[in-house]
Amino acid sequence: MAIDLWLPRILQLCAWLCAAIIIAIMTFLLLESLPLIIESGFWSFFQLQAWQPEENRFPLLAMLIGSLLVASGAMLIATPLGIAAAIFGRYYAPTPLAIAYRGLMELLAGIPSVVFGFWGLTILVPWIAHWSPPGASILAGILVLTLMILPLVVLTCDAALLKVPPQYLHGATALGLSRWGTIRHISLPTAFPAIASGIVLQMGRALGETMAVLMVCGNVIQLPDSWFSPVRTLTANIALEMSYAMDNHRAALFASGLLLLLSATALMLLADHYRQKNCVQY
Amino acid sequence: MPNWRGVWLLLGICHLGSCQVPSVEKKLILTGSSTLAPLASELASAFESRFPDVRIDVQSGGSARGISDTRNGLADIGLVSRALKPTENDLIAHGIAQDGISLIVHKENPIATLSSHQIRQIYTGNINFWPATNHSTKQPITVIHKASGRSTQELFLAYFQLANRDIRPDIIIGENQHALKLVSSTPNALAYVSIGAAEFEATQGLPIRLLPIEGIDASVLTLKSQQFPLSRRLNLVTASTPVGLAKQFIEFSQSKEAHTLINKQFFIPIHGY
Amino acid sequence: MRPLFWLTALLGAVVPLLMLWDIIANGLPGLSIEFLSQPPTDTGRSGGILPILFATVWILAICLSVTLPLGLGCAIYLSEYIDSHSSAARWIGLSLDILASTPSIIFGLFGYALFAIYLNFGFSLLSGGLSLACMVLPLFIRTTEHALRACPIHYRQAASALNIRQSGFILRILLPISGTGIAVALILSSGRALAETAVLIFTAGYVSRQPDSVFDSGRTLSVHIYDLSMNVPGGQQNAAASALVLVLLIMLINSTARLLARRYISYDQTPL
Repeated sequence: MAIDLWLPRILQLCAWLCAAIIIAIMTFLLLESLPLIIESGFWSFFQLQAWQPEENRFPLLAMLIGSLLVASGAMLIATPLGIAAAIFGRYYAPTPLAIAYRGLMELLAGIPSVVFGFWGLTILVPWIAHWSPPGASILAGILVLTLMILPLVVLTCDAALLKVPPQYLHGATALGLSRWGTIRHISLPTAFPAIASGIVLQMGRALGETMAVLMVCGNVIQLPDSWFSPVRTLTANIALEMSYAMDNHRAALFASGLLLLLSATALMLLADHYRQKNCVQY
Repeated sequence: MPNWRGVWLLLGICHLGSCQVPSVEKKLILTGSSTLAPLASELASAFESRFPDVRIDVQSGGSARGISDTRNGLADIGLVSRALKPTENDLIAHGIAQDGISLIVHKENPIATLSSHQIRQIYTGNINFWPATNHSTKQPITVIHKASGRSTQELFLAYFQLANRDIRPDIIIGENQHALKLVSSTPNALAYVSIGAAEFEATQGLPIRLLPIEGIDASVLTLKSQQFPLSRRLNLVTASTPVGLAKQFIEFSQSKEAHTLINKQFFIPIHGY
Repeated sequence: MRPLFWLTALLGAVVPLLMLWDIIANGLPGLSIEFLSQPPTDTGRSGGILPILFATVWILAICLSVTLPLGLGCAIYLSEYIDSHSSAARWIGLSLDILASTPSIIFGLFGYALFAIYLNFGFSLLSGGLSLACMVLPLFIRTTEHALRACPIHYRQAASALNIRQSGFILRILLPISGTGIAVALILSSGRALAETAVLIFTAGYVSRQPDSVFDSGRTLSVHIYDLSMNVPGGQQNAAASALVLVLLIMLINSTARLLARRYISYDQTPL
């Protein structure tokens, strides 16, 4: 029938359209930052000097390190916590509690970053300031970001664990495996590709978070010397200065966005490569 | 069989709005300073209630954005929270209110005043501890600075004759409220904000105190009497002499009816007395 | 191992619950019928949030009405028509992952350049909704794709044996079976969309008036919360109340999506 002729074509169009969006965004960023890249050269962005728009100097390295530190710190905490919480929800919790837990996570996934940032600003930062002023620091950023990505990590892992075929679990029970044994040797490996792609998505989100880190990280452009130093992430930089920037300054901000995107691409390629090697067929 | 009819109906309803033709007979677009935006929105709604077929859209984005949008026609009127620079001579500024910039500390901070020299030393990182304190140990100052490009920051630096590259801040913030929240929750913080915002929050009970500059208290009263040194004019700018709707709006903003609205934001009206 | 899991679950839930408690405690005093049915006055410090609720629902509807067909089409293509290890799947998957890691502010700038300026929509609900759609597509596609792939193999084999067309299998068997999964994807996407601020400031604008049409500017709850807490002095009370309304709205959307999925779309027996 005709539908089988054009349905695949339409679906293919949808798929390539979705894939093309990121190409459009990258092209856009490149076009906006090209004048500055041509003028100052590619490596001028990777200096450690001070960021001085008035003097036409736009080194991004300190902010890139700030972004990477905050994002990776948050991922390191949220990943094990999230997977454990998802396992709890699927295998250890009584059903009503599990449903409530999942509902809580779904609710948290929809709370604006402003609310998290505000909470961090009014409660977390003064608390950290007691130990070590100024309080607005990498640590504050990591904690707030963990709070933000934890719900989605839990939810994607939960969805992944849900799709483990029940026959596997029945077989494991029949063979007398303990609950933890089943989880460790059967559920987790089976759900691993889905969990991995969920984690990768969240890592991207952690790198791209703007509002909350803007409020709690201190926004001072410097190389941090401790977990209590303020830093500025690339995203916070764009948010702070974009509206007030002209010409070269503006182009530099677009270049920093492009840099962020390229770092995320590098991370995704790495994760993709690792996934190809360790994928369990199911 | 899934209820596809229901699904398509739902999707169709979502697009109902796009069937309407946008009406654009009388519309004004204002963009610019986020300090001015709340006041501009209030003026806009008061104006709209008087002339019901008019739509005025106020968007934020910073004084620089207001200037560039006005220049290339994306906005009819720009909101600029400082005086125009010599390079911006092609635009016309219509002042509607006055605001000031004041240093704020936490209410429990015993410091009474800071001299200009002290302020300069603190912001360049040469003084790191509060000179007077309730505690037995020295308390470090948490220096809060505004991000570059903001007119508040430019005015502050110009008055105290500091260059941005010499400042050694502990925290950099973007909006006034960010600074206000930090100072009210961190007892050792020091920041500078718009007087309008600070005084409003202080009257609402926020635990902050405005520090005097050069012996003159920072308040709406001293601004009004022109005594306070760190003041700035809030302007509506246009690319050319305003006509029609823009002219009416600017006249309204400079008239006596606008005073209540301006006072409510803790700014000082400068026209229409 | 059991106590360890209980402990981590507790840890993961304690701080968010404290935060939610904060929102409820601070927002409840400001919540009232007038708050939900009046427009904002005095730059949002008094009055209500009615036009903002309208704009929020409208933008969400635009976003989902673009995301759902496009994302579903892509997900079906990825799971049904190409092999998961082929290079096409890898490249599409990669581009979606990178899209998901793009900072939200870049979407704001891109949306402004493409929808507001190039396509001449200006600051409008349409620009905002479309930019949001670009943002939530990766999440929706990935989640839906996993839901589709989890269709048991014997269903596919039975369909094949009965000589059912590919399109018939997709429309009449696969989609109903994955109904709950698609509902979860919708929930996650709408949650993500509602939580966005930076994108909308650059595309849908700040105007707090009732929007007349999709070409009009409007602000959503998240932008309103941002404005009240960061720009307007004295806006805390209403910001907290708006946050509470947002939380309730999310709960409403989530439970409705699950209910609809269970009754009308899914034959899935999997417990929620």
